[in-house]
Amino acid sequence: MEYSIRTERLSKRFGSFTAVDHIDLAVAKGEIFGFLGANGAGKTTAIRMLCGLLVPTSGTGYVAGFDILKESEKIRTRIGYMSQKFSLYPDLSVDQNLRLYGRLYGLGKKDLEGRIREMAAFLGLDPLLKRVTGSLPWGWQQRLSLACANLHRPEILFLDEPTGSVDPVSRRNFWDLIHRLSSQGTTIFITSHYMDEVEYCHRLSIMIEGRIAAMGTPRDLKRESGCASIHELFLKLVESKSAQAGA
Amino acid sequence: MEPAVAIRDLAKDHAGEKALRGISIDVPNPCLFGIIGADGAGKSTLMNILATLTDPDSGSVRELGRDAAREFASIREDIGYMPQRFSLYQDLSVEENLDFFADIFGISGKDKTDRMDHLLGFAGLKPFKGRRAGQLSGGMKQKLALACTLVHHPKLLLLDEPTVGVDPVARRDFWTMLKSLRAEGITLMVSTPYMDEAALCDSLVLLHEGGILAEGTPAQLLAAYPYRLYRVEAAPDAAVSTLNYPGDKPPPPGFVLIYPSGGTLHAAEAPGGEAPLAGEAPVAGGRTQGPSGDPVQRLRVAVPEAYSATLIQPSLEDCFFALLSGKMVMKPKSAPGALPAGTGS
Repeated sequence: MEYSIRTERLSKRFGSFTAVDHIDLAVAKGEIFGFLGANGAGKTTAIRMLCGLLVPTSGTGYVAGFDILKESEKIRTRIGYMSQKFSLYPDLSVDQNLRLYGRLYGLGKKDLEGRIREMAAFLGLDPLLKRVTGSLPWGWQQRLSLACANLHRPEILFLDEPTGSVDPVSRRNFWDLIHRLSSQGTTIFITSHYMDEVEYCHRLSIMIEGRIAAMGTPRDLKRESGCASIHELFLKLVESKSAQAGA
Repeated sequence: MEPAVAIRDLAKDHAGEKALRGISIDVPNPCLFGIIGADGAGKSTLMNILATLTDPDSGSVRELGRDAAREFASIREDIGYMPQRFSLYQDLSVEENLDFFADIFGISGKDKTDRMDHLLGFAGLKPFKGRRAGQLSGGMKQKLALACTLVHHPKLLLLDEPTVGVDPVARRDFWTMLKSLRAEGITLMVSTPYMDEAALCDSLVLLHEGGILAEGTPAQLLAAYPYRLYRVEAAPDAAVSTLNYPGDKPPPPGFVLIYPSGGTLHAAEAPGGEAPLAGEAPVAGGRTQGPSGDPVQRLRVAVPEAYSATLIQPSLEDCFFALLSGKMVMKPKSAPGALPAGTGS
């Protein structure tokens, strides 16, 4: 099996606080992996380590075949990152944002033109290329963010709450794109607070206070826990933890 | 009794486009009133006007019995507004943030101490009152923001997507707080992209391209759903357990809509054949025969992995899909003049 992401006992402490506590992950190439957890569970810290933006306290990790401790520069050219707070420039046109991110990711001029045309067609952005980004509805800005993160043909896309504040129809369209990217071989590592959409992931993990409390396919997780939905399982895991803390 | 909010023929252009196309809404007092709609439907524009931060181009708004154009100063004393990005002071503690907002609204002395104590308890923030706002989790930040908007005893609360980015447990706690405010007699207008939250509202309006596409109680919307709805699942031992259906692929013959929902597909079938459907309630949970034989057979034409099809009750999300794709029509209660133009596409 070819893995896009592998970690062993990956940990991060800030002073006396353990944000990420010995997590083991193995995400296959082309897999859609849902990385779930409550606010403050340590998801963002873990993603920052995987992207080479934060040095782990202990443990090891490989992303796209490179060591997150020693080869973070190489990792950064092979991943794409998008979050709800992704910084598109609202005063630039759609076309200008694409050009800017393409150049930042080091695409050559000729390659860039072709890639912009490809991504614009793939995401349906063609009619909007000259529009000012800030004037577009949220759902379209999210698509543009995805296009920017995907221009340099990353092997892995990290999507941090990409569908926050997006209505059900736009979310469904967004997941269509995720499935298409995955079937083309792109690995998707995604966080979300929508428990209905995370059931579309091939596999998912639920993080509680820095540890991975559950991991598997949505079907296996439901079967093993006896929960009817991932939503139910999520509530159960978070609440059993806070009950312990209160006791 | 006068409604808490009465909106008449409200129109507003935003960046050269029609953000609101002459809408009329009555919000009873008290009420937990939900505003739903796709991105760019006009939800935030409406919220801004109700918060008296933007003037409409035409039409009128009455809030708490007062005219928003002339009496905005007095309205502001009685409303609480929580915009999408509520500005808490990240370097101030929970308690200091509340203190600050109390000062702004001129609340002082014992009144302030009592109010702050009450709100810290209400928001479950007492154990964290010394923590800096910037150090709170996303869910706790939103609870603090809500507490800050409540500091001056508002009678009308305007909350613009207050739970975006909040995890499911904190989201549920937040809605418990909204319910208890409603029980105290406060009117709340809440916009949300979450259809499970919309289901908790007393009444709803669905905005689309600046007009009203549907309105009513959640029960009325659900009752107006015109199709047999099936949940389609893969075999329990199938290699891939989640079914997908591309948005650009037409539905199988006889079906009106088909889309993924929580790992399964939802497929809406037009009533037809010999089975009369008017007023017939679908039986939830039972695997049944469709109007002309086994629905699984009809679905397999397009979804070879389909293993079972269970007739289910629609959710508000199903209504949302049907309404937005023009496959379900609900006559707005408002005057014909309030009908949105150009929604037939």
